[in-house]
Amino acid sequence: MQLLMFYGFGFFALFAAVGMVMSRQPVMSALLLIVNMFCLAGLYAMLNAHLIAVLQLLVYAGAIMVLVLFVIMLLNLREKQGIISKHQVALQAVGIMALGFFIISVIAKLDPSKLPPSKAIGAGFGTVVVVGRILFTDYILPFEIASVLLLAAIVGAVILAKSKV
Amino acid sequence: MEVPLNHYLILSGLLFTIGVVGVLTRRNALIVYMCIELMLNAVNLTFIAFSRHLGDMGGHMFTFMVMTVAASEAAVGLAIIISLFRNRQTVDVDDVNLLKG
Repeated sequence: MQLLMFYGFGFFALFAAVGMVMSRQPVMSALLLIVNMFCLAGLYAMLNAHLIAVLQLLVYAGAIMVLVLFVIMLLNLREKQGIISKHQVALQAVGIMALGFFIISVIAKLDPSKLPPSKAIGAGFGTVVVVGRILFTDYILPFEIASVLLLAAIVGAVILAKSKV
Repeated sequence: MEVPLNHYLILSGLLFTIGVVGVLTRRNALIVYMCIELMLNAVNLTFIAFSRHLGDMGGHMFTFMVMTVAASEAAVGLAIIISLFRNRQTVDVDDVNLLKG
């Protein structure tokens, strides 16, 4: 059952990713990326990462992709002929080689029988209570740095998007 | 039946590679940006899969931080794209060669 769900989510995620790269209209690409993010959220839920799955939907599929769609509609782009870059031969060769290298190396390195067995997880793994407790004790410094980063990003975005400072 | 770890890693590697191919071959800056988001998502999937496999919550924290960075990247990156469009009337990465020597 879990394997079947994995293949369902994984197939749709790959399908949406390929469609996103191939699509001619930016709006179609953005919608397919949202489909991909929904599939990944399902995979996170299967991996007991409940809070991260919800955050994926809220932050990625909700906030970030709405912002991207907003910008696409604001700019109202028309695709010129030839969506592929001018240096296409070399870049496509690099891309396809990267694809082949990744797949072969990943499959070759990982023999499932040689992996250490999956450890048992404690109660409440990935829930809000446990994640929050770790975030505010062991990882308090990265948490604070993240807040400073977000503040810097807000200021930077306002300054960049303003026509006159 | 439990899904083995390497299935997740292969899926994540494939998604990352599709993102790389998109970044290298597409011309529209917005689509390049979305491909970068796809690559970040693929890395997140690896973190979560290892986190579940090793029974350690550290991967969740990393995913949390990656999401924060992606959110700030969305704000700044889209502002850059908008100001680029305002100045040059294009978001085609082949036409933007101001810093080319």
